[in-house]
Amino acid sequence: MSLTAKPNDYTAYPDSAGRFGEFGGRYVAETLMPLVLELDRAYAQAKTDPAFQAELKGYLTHYVGRPSPLYFAERLTKHFGGAKIYFKREELNHTGAHKINNCMGQILLARRMGKTRIIAETGAGQHGVASATVCARFDLPCVVYMGATDVARQKPNVFRMNLLGAEVRPVTSGAATLKDAMNEAMRDWVTNVADTYYLIGTAAGPHPYPAMVRDFQAVIGAETREQILEMEGRLPDAVVACVGGGSNAIGMFHPFLNDEGVRIYGVEASGHGLETDKHAASLTGGRPGVLHGNRTYLLQDGDGQIIDAHSISAGLDYPGIGPEHSWLHDVGRAHYLTCTDKEALEAFQLCAELEGIIPALESAHALAKLGEVARDVGKDGVIALCLSGRGDKDIFTVADALGRQI
Amino acid sequence: MTKDRIDRRFAALAGEDRAAFVAYIMAGDPDAATALEIMRGLPAAGADIIELGFPFSDPMAEGPTIQRASQRALAGKMTTKGVLATVRAFRETDQDTPVILMGYLNPLVNYGFEAFAGDAAEAGADGLIVVDCPPEEADPLVDALDAANLSLIRLATPTTDDARLGVVVRRTSGFVYYVSVAGVTGVLEADADAVAPAVARVRAASGLPVAVGFGIKTPERAAAVARVADAAVVGSALIDELESHLSSNKNVTSAVLSKAEELANAVRFARSQKA
Repeated sequence: MSLTAKPNDYTAYPDSAGRFGEFGGRYVAETLMPLVLELDRAYAQAKTDPAFQAELKGYLTHYVGRPSPLYFAERLTKHFGGAKIYFKREELNHTGAHKINNCMGQILLARRMGKTRIIAETGAGQHGVASATVCARFDLPCVVYMGATDVARQKPNVFRMNLLGAEVRPVTSGAATLKDAMNEAMRDWVTNVADTYYLIGTAAGPHPYPAMVRDFQAVIGAETREQILEMEGRLPDAVVACVGGGSNAIGMFHPFLNDEGVRIYGVEASGHGLETDKHAASLTGGRPGVLHGNRTYLLQDGDGQIIDAHSISAGLDYPGIGPEHSWLHDVGRAHYLTCTDKEALEAFQLCAELEGIIPALESAHALAKLGEVARDVGKDGVIALCLSGRGDKDIFTVADALGRQI
Repeated sequence: MTKDRIDRRFAALAGEDRAAFVAYIMAGDPDAATALEIMRGLPAAGADIIELGFPFSDPMAEGPTIQRASQRALAGKMTTKGVLATVRAFRETDQDTPVILMGYLNPLVNYGFEAFAGDAAEAGADGLIVVDCPPEEADPLVDALDAANLSLIRLATPTTDDARLGVVVRRTSGFVYYVSVAGVTGVLEADADAVAPAVARVRAASGLPVAVGFGIKTPERAAAVARVADAAVVGSALIDELESHLSSNKNVTSAVLSKAEELANAVRFARSQKA
């Protein structure tokens, strides 16, 4: 069987070795292998334990604020010429993004495993804030690794994390962004093996993280499915989400993977343009390789050295992507488009002006491709877009890009 | 050659009842020519085995010292082919000292495992340590290395229990590298008392010599490890020495080699000068 053969059941992956086709796996230092295997066992038990699922559901309902609404974006629908556009309002969650869905799941798992110290990496700071939030709620010490470049461009989130009691450690190695923060978190984990839980923020890393983070985020797509059936009486023709590491996207996509009539669109950040060396489009502009514990598409040079990504959105500024996206890309189940910094900025403003919603710059990448997706599905089509986060954190970046003073 | 060179070296050392001194340096650090000059001087300075690091942009198991060495090598445009050229040049002057290449998987994925194994063997390398390639993921790489008669040296760590040890030593040869501390390279110090039983355990499970590294900074610690292990590996301490002489403009090569000699002597006479 070819590695890229179409499966009968897209939801049957990964296999027991954590593989989505040729992607995924567990490429970590031997010191971490026993920990990764322990996590795999603990998550497998929790996943099928009704008590764990009930506890998680309780917190998602009363603390996170789920279910998030599915909102008919009427003015954008008109603007793009007909296909009905719905937003899955993940930006209305507690802490303002989808990240908390995963953090809530993992913190309950960490408690169940008896871990007493939490570490996390963050790019834009949304996952850092969500991690700091659940650590405050459950009284666990939290260290967040954040690239020094991101610390400088996401100051409000750094302050939020501090208010929540987390220690933010700026990382100065490499380009001082998300990839370097992840390296440093791995170094912390390998040094503090007895008590520390590594709360990875995206659907990447060694198995079981890509599958586990996806499962915790799949609440997005599962609710969307239920809500659209209620509102439209049918499934959408397309679902759309931005992709950095890809956790909001895989959460939105996964419950629709076996619905062949639903087209799936991920949007990668192409920064200054794919033709430049300043972008973050791992699938469109990268090649398969191994980084941060998994085999996946990576931005790399001719010698296998990882290239620094670029995006105006700190949350998409990562040279890799979750392994399930690499697989969905190769088997052709999902289509991955790209969006430049400039297009994202325009969509950011358009959404604010037409819908009264200031989206995260990450989500603006998905918004920017609505015109293209609307054309694909036609006038009678229905589109569900994951509005993964709110844009309050980005107003300084946007003002700067637009040459305005705040 | 290749695997046989490692076995011969350990057999000879066992005959002398002493441990091997394993010196780690990074190819291309501070530049290709100087790294080669250091490498060529290491056997005379007392290195029984050389670990030659190949640089990676994201060295997740390294402490700050080897991270900086990696960055210097990459800034000087060191490539995987360049690393193999260093080995080839070293073999012009030394046929006996085993050379183990050590680094991360992605540059090898990029090169292609079969092509890499063939080129590495042809250049005169004997084995390979890949930090982020656990046994569960290693089969394709081991297949390629086996075909070229190169060893994949495995890592065992303080978190490796008996059940896992059986997995770790599967399809390995040459020696086993015991990582003496849970942590990154060059930060924590190895506890010699805890190392002894671990070494015995790994030796029993693998039937191979056991090298100890990751936490050896001083001659005293090197000697303590050399009393119980088959080899003591020192990397960060040599690179710290290199780094401190980069800024002061002194002769980097002789500084690193005299540090290596100091450590090598501590290892060489550890068992005959038992405390």
